Amino acid sequence: MHNQSQSFRDSTISTARELEIELEELPDWYCCGAVYPLRSEDLISLLSPTRNLMGAKKEGKELVTLCSACYQVLKRTNYLILNDADKREKLNNYLEEKYDGSTKVLHFLEVIRKDVGWEELKSKVKTSLTGLKAAPYYGCLLLRPQKELVFDHPENPTIFENFLQSLGCDIVDFPYKTECCGAYLGITEEKVINSAVLKIIQGANKRGIEVLITSCPLCLYNLEAGQKELMKSGHISKPVPVLYFTQLLALALGLGVDVCHFEEHQINPLPVLERLK
Amino acid sequence: MRNIGVFVCWCGLNISRTVDIKRVVEETSSHPQVICSTDYKYLCSEPGQKLIKEIVKEKGLEGYVIAACSPGMHETTFRELASRCEINPYLCEMANIREQCSWVHEDREEATGKAIKLVNMAIEKVLHNEPLYPESFPLNKRAMVIGAGVAGMQAALDIADAGYEVLLVEKRPFIGGHMTQLSETFPTLDCAQCILTPKTAEVARHPRITLMPYSEVEEVKGYVGNFEAVIRRKATFVDWNKCTGCAICIEKCPKKIYPEFECGLKEGKSIDMAFPQAVPYKVFINKESCIFLNQGKCGVCAKLCPEEAIDFQQQDQLVKEKIGAIIVATGYDLIDKSELAEFGYGKYKDVIDGMQFERINSSSGPFSGVIRRPSDGKIPKEIVFIQCAGSRDREKGKPYCSKICCMYTAKQARLYKHKVPDGQVYVFYMDIRAGGKGYEEFIYRSVEESGMLYLRGQVSRVFEEDGKLIVWGMDTLSGKKIEINADMVVLASAIVPSNGVKELANILKITTDEHGFIQEAHPKLKPIECMTRGVYLAGCGHAPKDIAESVAQGSATASKVFSLFSRNSVLAEPTVSIVNKDECSGCLSCETVCPYQAIEKENYRGKVIAKVNSALCQGCGSCTVACRSGAIDLRGYTNQQIMAELEALLWK
Repeated sequence: MHNQSQSFRDSTISTARELEIELEELPDWYCCGAVYPLRSEDLISLLSPTRNLMGAKKEGKELVTLCSACYQVLKRTNYLILNDADKREKLNNYLEEKYDGSTKVLHFLEVIRKDVGWEELKSKVKTSLTGLKAAPYYGCLLLRPQKELVFDHPENPTIFENFLQSLGCDIVDFPYKTECCGAYLGITEEKVINSAVLKIIQGANKRGIEVLITSCPLCLYNLEAGQKELMKSGHISKPVPVLYFTQLLALALGLGVDVCHFEEHQINPLPVLERLK
Repeated sequence: MRNIGVFVCWCGLNISRTVDIKRVVEETSSHPQVICSTDYKYLCSEPGQKLIKEIVKEKGLEGYVIAACSPGMHETTFRELASRCEINPYLCEMANIREQCSWVHEDREEATGKAIKLVNMAIEKVLHNEPLYPESFPLNKRAMVIGAGVAGMQAALDIADAGYEVLLVEKRPFIGGHMTQLSETFPTLDCAQCILTPKTAEVARHPRITLMPYSEVEEVKGYVGNFEAVIRRKATFVDWNKCTGCAICIEKCPKKIYPEFECGLKEGKSIDMAFPQAVPYKVFINKESCIFLNQGKCGVCAKLCPEEAIDFQQQDQLVKEKIGAIIVATGYDLIDKSELAEFGYGKYKDVIDGMQFERINSSSGPFSGVIRRPSDGKIPKEIVFIQCAGSRDREKGKPYCSKICCMYTAKQARLYKHKVPDGQVYVFYMDIRAGGKGYEEFIYRSVEESGMLYLRGQVSRVFEEDGKLIVWGMDTLSGKKIEINADMVVLASAIVPSNGVKELANILKITTDEHGFIQEAHPKLKPIECMTRGVYLAGCGHAPKDIAESVAQGSATASKVFSLFSRNSVLAEPTVSIVNKDECSGCLSCETVCPYQAIEKENYRGKVIAKVNSALCQGCGSCTVACRSGAIDLRGYTNQQIMAELEALLWK
């Protein structure tokens, strides 16, 4: 976060301050592991998310994440601990501490919905994004499995749309919004990423979408890197910039471009955003 | 003190495999009142029953214990045998050493010990039993059928033809149910209206059927043979005694609406008749949309009606009716649109459900029977049918198969090909389930002759792009992802119980299953009976089923009603609660816990006390537990009897 993703960090911290949401960095936090293990007996991979959940409990606070992957790993681990007595006991024995799954895991979008509300958010907008044709890109990690995440409708989510509407964007109906970006296959199977990204970007171009909004660093990376490759090979001519939702929020709240660290991006969004001034 | 016998059944190997029968016989024969204990391989067989009868006579038994299967299986058999042996049937008790013992245990020693205890308990029960005699009550030979779909109409016609009066209650303003909306039917492709209208007409003119359209059952009291129902007759704002169905009002009504009957595809009017063959052939006013009823002006229909039949002052009426039996035939609805968001159902006009396709294909439908798509009226050349839309989907909470979709999809695909020969059909399916007479052959003719593409797999998403509906799916036989640019998508949406069934079930005191379908009394042996006596079940309210099955069930329920009505009175189980008048304090706690409203009040020696209406009482025993002064006992299960059983279990 501090080195690789200042864009996400600074835009979040500044917007949270502006919206009077108190965020506090979890002391001694660990990497969540990034992937929720598919093997049901792989409990070792759940130790680090469990430690984070315990840490939040010790602080007596809710655990807020920005990243869809962290959200998925933490929330699913918590669900398992809450509902599977056998695995809970094994994890507790290993950690030599008792944790019952009582920490509440929230995505920052949910915090905005819960603590600020869409109407209130609308009233705080200083630079309206009216005319910006934006579409949400939920990806896969925020929504599924629905039973465990209980985030939004798994096939027809609306939380991002509500958010963008409050900022004044022109929301474009984007059927590719819950498609997979290729996820970790980027490491081994670059082609898969490119074909997944090609579909998504072609769909976006057809609908005149100017920016795609995400909450997942992996989606952002794949969508940007994939587009760069596809530009090189001539498959697409017009790239679509991808922003974190917090960056767009920072702009709408009038916090300026500096907190957005657009220099970290592979596709510069500034030309699209320029006219909003 | 009574002389009793114990008979232990082997049930072949079912019991004898895990229970030492010989020991059970030995141990129980040592009881001072047991003058005979014996065993037999199959007690329920004719020689088995003969053996019991002979021993009863020879030893002069006054009661007996049958240690065998669950009383649910054979209690009736052995109690009737008792009657034939001149013993009161309630002096025969079953000890369940099969379902609750031999089947569920593996250790022979432990199972035998448990069997002995169970038999000892039953011995004590018999020793404390009193002879009981069933009461008889008069019977009202008039039936009420709830729901006038094809199942309900069949039941009503059969009962009325047999000479009994029938009250047919229907919540919509016309009869015939969903079948009135269908175009053609599988597997014969005959026109739904053509085979249905003879029935609707017959129902309408039958002298013994009282039709109550646009009505709902609000309250039901009473018991088998003597129910009393309160029915709400909803206001149609038209005096149906005067209305001739001339339709001038419909023509001139300025308010356009999209009626439910046409599934939102065709415009109708605020005053309307659902369809040209509607029975009764009368108009009704839609309360929600009528300008006069909402804003107090307009009234064009009232001004123009030659019969002066329009009555804006009409109110709902509550009618009380007495009946002896009830048939529930409440039918089905289709799954809510919001649950099929991945197919864009409810979002894109050209993604429709099976019922909407029926309306499109119908000659009285929105396009007079030409297959056109709703958005722009163009004839779709590429059409995708998606089966199991919502059904067999645990994530959506509907793990069950909707049963009719494989067949009606094949039917619709074929009818489409008849009308659009150059069109291409794609059908996504999970499995083809065509169990029914002529069904498999019908599907195969569709697949082979008509050049349709049947794709085994599911659809992940449907969305609009460049004026087409993009369908993403999977063909699991070739393992390939499939993308189809379609003009129209038809969903075979899951069948769900019709709206309001839960409330009706509460009113009738019958149960519904986890999906809201009405529960039958036994899945195999009592498939059309409800748990409440005198209430029967037909059609899709029970589970998804096709027309032929619904009709068969309708007739089956009618035959149940015949056997009930063939008697002049109903016999009630004597195992009901009884109040000790001197001990009752009149607190009436029993009244609040009784689920059958069987507790009445009675004046006794200057105070008000509880009295059990033995006709209503089902013998559940709730009141005996609630009674603070221990003044209520359940006949056949008295406190004394239960204590005796517990003593046998714990201290002997």
